[in-house]
Amino acid sequence: MLKYSLQRIVYMVIVFMIITCMCFVLIRMLPPAQLPAGDPHTVVIEARREAAGYNKPYMVQFGIFLKDIVTDFNWGVSDKLFFGQDVVKLFSQRMPATVIVNLYSVLFSIPLGIAFGIFAALKKNTWVDYTISTLTMVVISVPSFIYAFIIQYIFSYKLGWLPFLMKSGTDWFSPAMFVSMIPAIMSLGFGTIAAFTRTTRAELTEVLTSEFMLLARTKGLTKAQATVRHALRNCFVVVVPAIIGEFVSILGGSLIIEKIFSIPGVGRLTIDAINAQDYPIFMLTTCFYTAIGLVANLVVDISYGFIDPRIRMGSKK
Amino acid sequence: MSNNTNFEHIPQEKFRFVQMDAQLHDKRLETKSRSFFQDALLRFSKNKSSVVAAWILAFLLLFSLISPLLSPYSINDKDKLYINYPSYVPSIAKLHIGIMDGAKVHSSQNETSMNYWKGIAQETGMEPVLGVVKENVTTVKYRGQMVERKTYDLYVNRYYELGIVYRVFSYAEFQKIQDWQNETGIQVIYPYVDPADIGGSTDTPNIWYQVDGSGSAVLDADGNLQPVYCTKKSIEGAEYNSLRIAGDDGSYIYSAKKSGSVQARVCYYNYYQYLNGHEPSYVFGTTSMGQDLFAAVGVGARFSLIFALLVSAINLTIGAIYGAIQGYYGGRIDLFMDRISDILSGLPFVVVITLFQLHLAQKWGVVPSLLFAFVLTGWIGMAALTRKQFYRFKGQEFVMAARTLGASDARLMFKHIFPNAIGTIITSCALVIPSVIRSETTISYLGIVDLSAFAGTTIGTLLSQGNAAVTSAPHTLLWPSIFLSLLMISFNLFGNGLRDAFNPTTRGEDD
Repeated sequence: MLKYSLQRIVYMVIVFMIITCMCFVLIRMLPPAQLPAGDPHTVVIEARREAAGYNKPYMVQFGIFLKDIVTDFNWGVSDKLFFGQDVVKLFSQRMPATVIVNLYSVLFSIPLGIAFGIFAALKKNTWVDYTISTLTMVVISVPSFIYAFIIQYIFSYKLGWLPFLMKSGTDWFSPAMFVSMIPAIMSLGFGTIAAFTRTTRAELTEVLTSEFMLLARTKGLTKAQATVRHALRNCFVVVVPAIIGEFVSILGGSLIIEKIFSIPGVGRLTIDAINAQDYPIFMLTTCFYTAIGLVANLVVDISYGFIDPRIRMGSKK
Repeated sequence: MSNNTNFEHIPQEKFRFVQMDAQLHDKRLETKSRSFFQDALLRFSKNKSSVVAAWILAFLLLFSLISPLLSPYSINDKDKLYINYPSYVPSIAKLHIGIMDGAKVHSSQNETSMNYWKGIAQETGMEPVLGVVKENVTTVKYRGQMVERKTYDLYVNRYYELGIVYRVFSYAEFQKIQDWQNETGIQVIYPYVDPADIGGSTDTPNIWYQVDGSGSAVLDADGNLQPVYCTKKSIEGAEYNSLRIAGDDGSYIYSAKKSGSVQARVCYYNYYQYLNGHEPSYVFGTTSMGQDLFAAVGVGARFSLIFALLVSAINLTIGAIYGAIQGYYGGRIDLFMDRISDILSGLPFVVVITLFQLHLAQKWGVVPSLLFAFVLTGWIGMAALTRKQFYRFKGQEFVMAARTLGASDARLMFKHIFPNAIGTIITSCALVIPSVIRSETTISYLGIVDLSAFAGTTIGTLLSQGNAAVTSAPHTLLWPSIFLSLLMISFNLFGNGLRDAFNPTTRGEDD
């Protein structure tokens, strides 16, 4: 298992490096940002670009880029959006908002999703099951920003209970901040709830009809005991890796929800960087999103092995 | 034993032929044979929700094709004043049933705005106030005394409410409008009002009566508005000999000089008829660009659908070929090709879109580069699916038999194995289309890609414009949202139905 995990990690790092290199070269091939005419810092910026190797071959530039990251975690400075500011600092300022909003959303939606899933599976082929399944289907199909619009219109405008946009400031855990986050948390949550309901229901119905459940009942366990001790544990083989994957990807956030509710998060920064064509920030967010995607995949794959010995045996070959 | 001996020496003459004249053959099957697709269709039609979804889908497709044709407007007709206006169809509005009457509730309006609307109604003959929703009475302290103030929540027709606007015409144009007026009997030009007479205000063309310093109407003893139409012949812009308003003794002037042209007060609703030949008629209302939302939703959806179809067709082809090679040859080739798709699938989607836009949009155009971005990573899922199917079928006997008979690799792949996988592939194609539409909508909502020059508009653009006006004009958000949601739900239901129909064994697998 350890060997398998190490293999996968090494492989992931290689893939990450290749993607970073590709994106780096593609971004450096674009003409660098124009300097404002008559800017007093022209000399400094020119010197900094020279140091970053702007006139050297691309692979040399990539080498300098990597060296800067490894030696003092220097990802460069923003050259348009936040002129001259350190990119890493800008980025880490944006992190808390994204993480907190997504964390709240995941924390409330995963238990709800699993609960609905279990409920539907236990009441299989009754109207409860049909209702939950149909709703799940509908909720999964509709994009999350539609919920954002509905919530904004009903709760923020018609009823006036919630603010339209997220409060500015850095008091992340104050009650006012929490209230202003609720619309975003809700709109992010619907999709997650539906996804977990669907997974849990599908897994649990399959487990409930298997033969060891019959055996558990035969040896004298009540239905509740059998469900909790045997069925749920088996169904969690699939659900737990999904939970872990969800937790890894809370870092990434949602571009569109962050834009709608003006959350000062990573997604906002990415969109702003793209629209302003601020390449250093874009490079950092590219690496970040790539890493998130790869790590989430890896963690899910490995966690399957840790949770279920049957899969672990398979991976050894 | 003794019985058997009887059969040993049967005389030859005891044998006779069962039949000599006809050939023996099996009895023909009485039933018709059903092909794979007919079978799938039969199974599909038994799934009620999918059939309903298919009908809704057909309706939405039809809508996106027909609505731009039904609408009197093209996507390039952008009215500069009817912006974010509610839905209005004159013939339905005349019935006063509360729909499509271009109305909006204005809350907490005071006497000043009531008189303002009264002025519009009196002058143009179009009553903007359709009804009073609520009457609020508040007591406020005013100059040391408690005064009762009445405010009203009113249901106001926004098209009528616009009333009169200032327009500057050339002399020829001014004459043309007069001719049109004489011909149709619809009054466009209304008597000129000197700004000096209405408190010096030059941006309130709707005021034609005496006002005080704050812009409130000064009523006479009977509570009527007192006209202050201009009669100064010295500032008259052009000769006017057409329709005159009631109460005009011929002394009112209808235009003012304005550096080589004439300025006049025109009733925008009627002026619109002069320009377009018909009354404004917006089934869904207008967008923030002044486009007809009815046509815009159709145009946007048409682009999304065609684009999604194109993307899935290309992805299907590439993915199927790639996955077929991977699955058929296996071993090192599989491993190597898998690494390539691993790297491509690691690329974040937004990054791919952005890089393609930055590099190729100028050379190839926005839409081709967007298409390439979608194709670059889109085929991977399809390839993985095909690969899996190939692994399943390539070791089976019918493949070996064909190989023994000398079939080439390509023939084996695409004649013998591929048809077995076709059901799975078709189904996933039906589920890929909505995900492409969703991504495309997200991208155009975020404004990463500007498609409006090519496609006129897109659902994503409409949503983003609508979101900016969520409180003032919810309809601009409502219709694109409904369309998109219905499209997504019905596509997914339809896709699930197809999957169940084509692969009866996996029925309800991830449902």
